[in-house]
Order: sequence, then structure tokens, then C-alpha cells
Amino acid sequence: MSGDFSSLRSDIPQLTREVHGRRLVYLDSAATSLTPRSVIEAMDQYYERHHSNVHRAVYLTAEEATAAFEGARADIASFISAPGGAEEVVFTHGTTESFNLIAHGWGARHLGPDSAIVLTEMEHHANLVPWFQLRERLGFEIRFLTVTDDFRLDLSNLDELLHGASLISFTGISNVLGTVNPVAEIAKRAHAVGVRVVVDGAQLVAHHPVDVEALGIDAICFGAHKMMGPTGIGAVWAKRDMWAEMDPFMGGGAMIADVSLDGYVPAPDNRRFEAGTPPIAEAVGFAAAIRYLRGWDMAALQAHEDTLTAEALRRLADVAPGRLRIIGPPTLDQRAGVISLDLDGVHPHDIAQVLDQHGVCVRPGHHCAKPLMKRFGLSATVRVSFGPYNTSSDIDVLIDALTAADAMFR
Amino acid sequence: MDGLDDLYKDIILDHYRSPRNRGELPVPPAMSAEGFNPLCGDQVTVYVTLDGDTISDIKITGTGCSISQASSSLMSAAVKGKTTSFAYDRLAVFKRLMTIDDTPGEPVNVRELGEMAALQGVVQFPARIKCAILAWNTLDQVLSTHASPQ
Repeated sequence: MSGDFSSLRSDIPQLTREVHGRRLVYLDSAATSLTPRSVIEAMDQYYERHHSNVHRAVYLTAEEATAAFEGARADIASFISAPGGAEEVVFTHGTTESFNLIAHGWGARHLGPDSAIVLTEMEHHANLVPWFQLRERLGFEIRFLTVTDDFRLDLSNLDELLHGASLISFTGISNVLGTVNPVAEIAKRAHAVGVRVVVDGAQLVAHHPVDVEALGIDAICFGAHKMMGPTGIGAVWAKRDMWAEMDPFMGGGAMIADVSLDGYVPAPDNRRFEAGTPPIAEAVGFAAAIRYLRGWDMAALQAHEDTLTAEALRRLADVAPGRLRIIGPPTLDQRAGVISLDLDGVHPHDIAQVLDQHGVCVRPGHHCAKPLMKRFGLSATVRVSFGPYNTSSDIDVLIDALTAADAMFR
Repeated sequence: MDGLDDLYKDIILDHYRSPRNRGELPVPPAMSAEGFNPLCGDQVTVYVTLDGDTISDIKITGTGCSISQASSSLMSAAVKGKTTSFAYDRLAVFKRLMTIDDTPGEPVNVRELGEMAALQGVVQFPARIKCAILAWNTLDQVLSTHASPQ
């Protein structure tokens, strides 16, 4: 563990507000992260000085806007060590659209009645539903890696599932269990049999240093708002040769080389995947978020969140002993700061309601992972998740509030 | 924590911990319907036996938060032994209490709701209104199926 992160809190304006007369204790970063002042100011600055549509214009502010927008793309590429640089990064409106782009852009060309893909039982609906929609049209097979009783992907039949499949898509970090999946190992075994590898990086890119080349993957989907950036923008990184296998998923302005009344010719480069005016201010904010995270150093931020996670896991064991169950790995071994809880006899919505009155923001529900909930016989959990701005005193408040909730309903 | 005390009144916690009319009835002769809150996973099944126009028996099973389960229990106690038109009247009043029906009219007479009035505090927590109304909508479903046999 390195560094003193207490000064980081003063960078987050929202942390100065009170809710229900209490200090705001934000423990919902897996849903969305709080925004540093520098990100807000970067977007304000864009709208106050540089706002113009990007590309094709010849006046100064449009050139500035274009430079900022394309600069953001380069910053994202560098943040995940994209070997091919900015050209391998395509903007989307978020992780969900990123998966839709891959499913429809790549899947529609490569999948059919005789093909198969591999997903897992622990996926977010964003990495399930687009494939289900495509399957309705194309009739390919979807195979699933299951989850073991100790909350890990069961890789015992991975080679069998990969056999004859053309793509595997799975999450780097479970948004429910906190499980950190062995991305590099799965990628290696998939590539050994010629299977494309797509990773849900929504949590992974936000909380761990990511080097896509070292992971050996073909594509990764992520969104800015889970990594201290704004809502409304995300990205897909894919290897150059994977982009070459993809068709545009949305049509419109900006994505074309030529249009006549006979038809259109898509742009030769990755602009063909970005139809319409992009979220420019959000791209500027995305880049500011990356600068912010880099300023603190991703490895140091991960170490800080790991320390908090270990402390929380340790202290939660003393709350309602025998009745509070952690739905996820019990120790820091291959796990991140997303902690799902099940308190026997008390519904997650009631717990979250009581926690709210203590100023504690957590999320009750299925976390857009209903098949995973079903796997563990649950309809909902209470999810606590950490960001760089959390501290040990946030855990104090959480423990007190959980104890109060338990006393109220027991 | 005034707001929280308004939401989780003793009557509600009592009905949550010791739900009334819990269980199933054989279908037929009883009728049943199942209600879901897809967003939070709450589920109730309402069983009703009618004797003419009277709800001679009602049983409820389900899982969910204290509000949805207590509301089910309170509802069952409120309509058991009463006529279907009484139940519809209570449903209408309850919807107005929950501000789901905000057409102008007489203000809700909270007194006539009896223990059900304990759910009044729910309106301060808009996310929970759907929890409180689930059992009532499911009862509505049971009764309307009966009213228009297939």
C-alpha cells in the first residue's frame, strides 16, 4: 500500500455534501464513480471555449475541438497500452453499446447456424442480451462457463467449450461477486484453438492497471463513468485485425467515405464505427479522468482499494455472525472491491433503505446479472463497492449502519 | 431518523415478521395470480376463494422486502370476509394513498383504511411505492380473471 489518499477526497465535490443530515458515504462505485473537479472543469472549459463539431471544419475552435477529441482517443489507447495506438480505439456511448458494436459488428459477419460462442454465467446483461438478440436472427449456439460454489469461473471444461467456437466474451471482474477472472489464461487457451477473445472491462479498466497486449486479448469494452469520467461515453479497444473483421453497426453521418442515391461506401478507417456527432465534451472529460487516475497511479489506487476490501471483508465477518453471508470470494485472493451481501431474514431493499438514512449509498438488486443471482438462489443482494476516494472511516459507518438495519428487522 | 420511522412503522414490521393469511389454497376451487416486481425481484402469489361475491378465504405466498410482504399481509386482513366490491373500493383508495391515482377528488380518509394506513409513509420513498402496491395489483388480477372467465 502506498500513498496517502485522504487528500484525494477533497478533489471530489460531491463528497462535501450531506444526505439526511449525515456525511455522504459513497459505496456504489461499481454502478458509477464520483467525479473529480478536474473532470468537471475540463468539460466546462470545453463548452465555454472550444465547443464546435469535430472533423471537417476549418475554423480555429473546430480544430481545437477535433484535437481534444482525437487527443482523448490517444489518451485512452495509451492508458490500456494499445499496441496499435489511437486507431484501435472506437468511441461508443458506454460499455453496453460497446458490446452491441462487437456483437452486431463482428458477430453478424461471423456467426450462423453452425457456429458457437462462449459466454459465462457471471456476465452482466450487457454481455448477454446483445448476443441473445443476435442469436434470434442467426441461430448460433451459445455455451456458458459456469460458476463454482466458491465464486470462480469453472475452467475445467473450458477447452471443451472452446472447441469449435469462434469467440469467447467474459468479464475481467465480476460486478456482483468481485471475482477477478484469469483473463490472460483464458485468452491463451482460446487463442490456442483460434477463438477470438473479448473482455468486459467495465470494472477491470476502472480499478486495475490494464495492458491489453500483456493480457493477450482481442478486444475490451469499458465506459468512462465507472472510471471517474462522465456518463454517456465509452470505448471499444480491439486489435487492428479484429476491427478489419467488423462491419459498421450504426449508419449515418461521419462514418462514410461516399454516399449517393445508389448507396454508400463506409469510411476506410475506424471512423466507420462512429456514426453521427460524437459525445465531444464527454470525450474531453474521459481524457481528464484518465489524467486524474494516472496522476494517482493505477497500481497505487488498486493497492488502496485492495487494502479497503481486505479490511471490509475482515470486519463484515463480525456483523450478524452466521447470518451475513458474503456472496463472493471471502479473501483478497483474486478479488476486487465489489462485495455482495446477503443478510438472512432481511431483504436487500430494506437494508439499503436504512443505510441511506445513515448517508450510505449502496445498491440493492440483481445488478444486471440475473443468471448469476439464480445460480446462487438469490433474487437480490446488497452490493458495497469501493472507489479511490473511500476510506477506512467509510467502513466504520457501513458496519454501524448494517448493524442498525439488522437490529431493526431481525 | 423521522423518515425511516414513518416508513417502517411497528405495524409494518409486525406484519413483516408475522404475516397474516400466509399460505396456499387449492386451485380450483380457489383462484390465484402471481405478481412480480421485475426490477427488484419481489414476488407474491395471491389465492382467493369466493363464496358468491364474498372473499371467503385469502392466502398469500411470496418473497420480497418488508414493504411488499407487510402490504400483502395487511391487504389480506383488510379484505378477508369482505365483498369483492369492498376490495375494489379499498384498492382504489390505496392507489390514491400511494399517489398512483392522482385524479382530483375527495381526499383519502386515512381512518377508514385501518391498519393499512400504516403504509402512508411509503409515499415519501417513491422507489418503494411499487413494493407496497404489488399485492393489490395481484389481487386485482385474481378478481378480474374471475369477472371475465375465459
